[in-house]
Amino acid sequence: MGLFHRKAFVEEPAAVENRFFHMENINKFYPMGEEQAHILKDINLDIREGEYLSVLGPSGSGKSTLMNIIGCLDVATSGRYVLHGREIEDLTETELARIRSREVGFIFQNSQLLARLTARKNVELPLIYAGVSPRERSRRAEEMLVRVGLSDRMDHHPNQLSGGQQQRVAIARALVGNPTLLLADEPTGALDQKTGRQVMALFQELNAEGHTIIMITHDMNIAAFAHRVVHIIDGELTEGGGTNDA
Amino acid sequence: MLRSIKATLIMIGECVKMSLSNILGCRVRSFLTVLGILIGVAAVIALITTVNGFSGSLTNSFSELGAGTLTVTVTGSDLKSGLSPEDLNTLSAMDIVEGVTPSVSLTARVSRGGSYEDSVNVSGKNAYYFRQNDDALTRGRAINFTDEDNKTHVCLISPDMVEEFFYGIDPIGESLYVNGIPFLVVGLLDEDSDTSIATLFTGSPDILVPYTTALKLNNANVITSFTVYLEDGVDSEDATDALEAELDAMFSFEEDCYSILNMSSIEETMKTMLGMVSSLLAGIASIALVVGGIGIMNMMLTTVTERTTEIGLKKALGAIPWQIQIQFLIESFLLSVIGGALGILLGLLLSLILSKVLGTTFVVSPGAIALGAGFSAAVGIIFGWAPARKASKLNPIDALRSM
Repeated sequence: MGLFHRKAFVEEPAAVENRFFHMENINKFYPMGEEQAHILKDINLDIREGEYLSVLGPSGSGKSTLMNIIGCLDVATSGRYVLHGREIEDLTETELARIRSREVGFIFQNSQLLARLTARKNVELPLIYAGVSPRERSRRAEEMLVRVGLSDRMDHHPNQLSGGQQQRVAIARALVGNPTLLLADEPTGALDQKTGRQVMALFQELNAEGHTIIMITHDMNIAAFAHRVVHIIDGELTEGGGTNDA
Repeated sequence: MLRSIKATLIMIGECVKMSLSNILGCRVRSFLTVLGILIGVAAVIALITTVNGFSGSLTNSFSELGAGTLTVTVTGSDLKSGLSPEDLNTLSAMDIVEGVTPSVSLTARVSRGGSYEDSVNVSGKNAYYFRQNDDALTRGRAINFTDEDNKTHVCLISPDMVEEFFYGIDPIGESLYVNGIPFLVVGLLDEDSDTSIATLFTGSPDILVPYTTALKLNNANVITSFTVYLEDGVDSEDATDALEAELDAMFSFEEDCYSILNMSSIEETMKTMLGMVSSLLAGIASIALVVGGIGIMNMMLTTVTERTTEIGLKKALGAIPWQIQIQFLIESFLLSVIGGALGILLGLLLSLILSKVLGTTFVVSPGAIALGAGFSAAVGIIFGWAPARKASKLNPIDALRSM
């Protein structure tokens, strides 16, 4: 286990347009009655490929809004966001959806599986929207379910799976499209401590395999699993320095 | 391009599967939702099929009554009160005419032994009549040319008459008194043997005699009612014109001496009227389809609200708005088409029962089925459009927030 002390801004030779993940002076306002609520304030963030970052902040700090912008569910009011060499601004909803499909694998707090579908079908879901053929879909879904250790649960429905297994299915679903980054929102929020640790162990394995992970959490203990922690408080982002592997 | 079409088809296939599992997942609710469409389509199908069957029965009875025949009723002029047998021969000789059957009707007192009956329908026919209606005779012989020429006193009698006067004995060869004159029974008639339009309101005659004999009984020498049988393939309108020309000449071009009843044109008129009635009824029934459509729309709007999280999730997983829209559209389309299919089955069942009750022919009308299927599909798309659009417009962030 190595130490990963990194600075927030690592000067890279590549031009901004070609960077892996670059946020520059991101601001987000939401209309709140007569006034505009300033949710995100001049956020600057660079992430390198293969990093494992956690965004730590209390509720109401703007971390969900930041997650939405990172995940291309929302766009900033001002500022510049480059993901995988692509400017994310002034895009239509359809273009944003295509970027989500290719670049982002979402993992939610409550795993968010469709109850009517088997684990396999749930994992296949993103590939359906990406237009992958049924055979290829099935093959890749199986591969991912094997990867997260659910080879014997592929045809189970979510209600036949434990909370930890459901979250593993969700992780497999996030991985199946081979996204640029995994974006996890309180991935252990609904799990007990033991299961939560197992999921964190899986995250570390995935990171070791080269997956870039951004984890949003309010739990310092969970955030500590990442190699780099940034704090967000009242819409302002501060570098929290690296932490050790737990 | 080809790739994206293939990807789209794959996605639509998945949408169909998912929609079916959604629909079958809550059967009671889906059934209640499609009930409106089901009833609407069933009503349209049942109405159209029943009216078609009725129209079919009508056509059949019309052709029994005489498609390919013209029925002439003569009122006559001061100079000429009716047609003579020679006039009929002239008409028979026309190119378009296969044959002519006069109809001389009278009511008579019929008696035998101690029993009698008043007001019996007696009708005078010729030999040709039996060539056209060969099933009229059940036993014995028909009227022949010798009978016509010699005004013989022979008769054919209906089953009613047999029962009345010849209970327990074979009537053929026996005699029967018509207005006191003895007639030899030579043949037996089938029930309802005479189906010509002339007997539509009076019922079939009970006794048939040679028409020349009937004229004598009536103290008449002219024929005022006869049926013209046309050669195969002759247009009844053209034949009517030709016949008019001939009859005009016979009546020295005086007006209003006769009327020609063209069964085909009456049939056409009846069919047109039935068609209009059918369209009107189907139009009224299709109001149920609109109501059913509103039911589906309501259900889909509820579904969209209920599945907000699912929609948000799918968007987060990369579904583009169009894909969400098509998914909900497919779901409402399938709901509606399933309702339509059940409605077609119910409608056919209803019209089968109705046809048994009304005694009409049951004809499955492909047009009605196509109409029912097309209508329900259209309703699904039209009324599913707004909810599907609403789903596709959902902001993924708002949608995910509700989780």
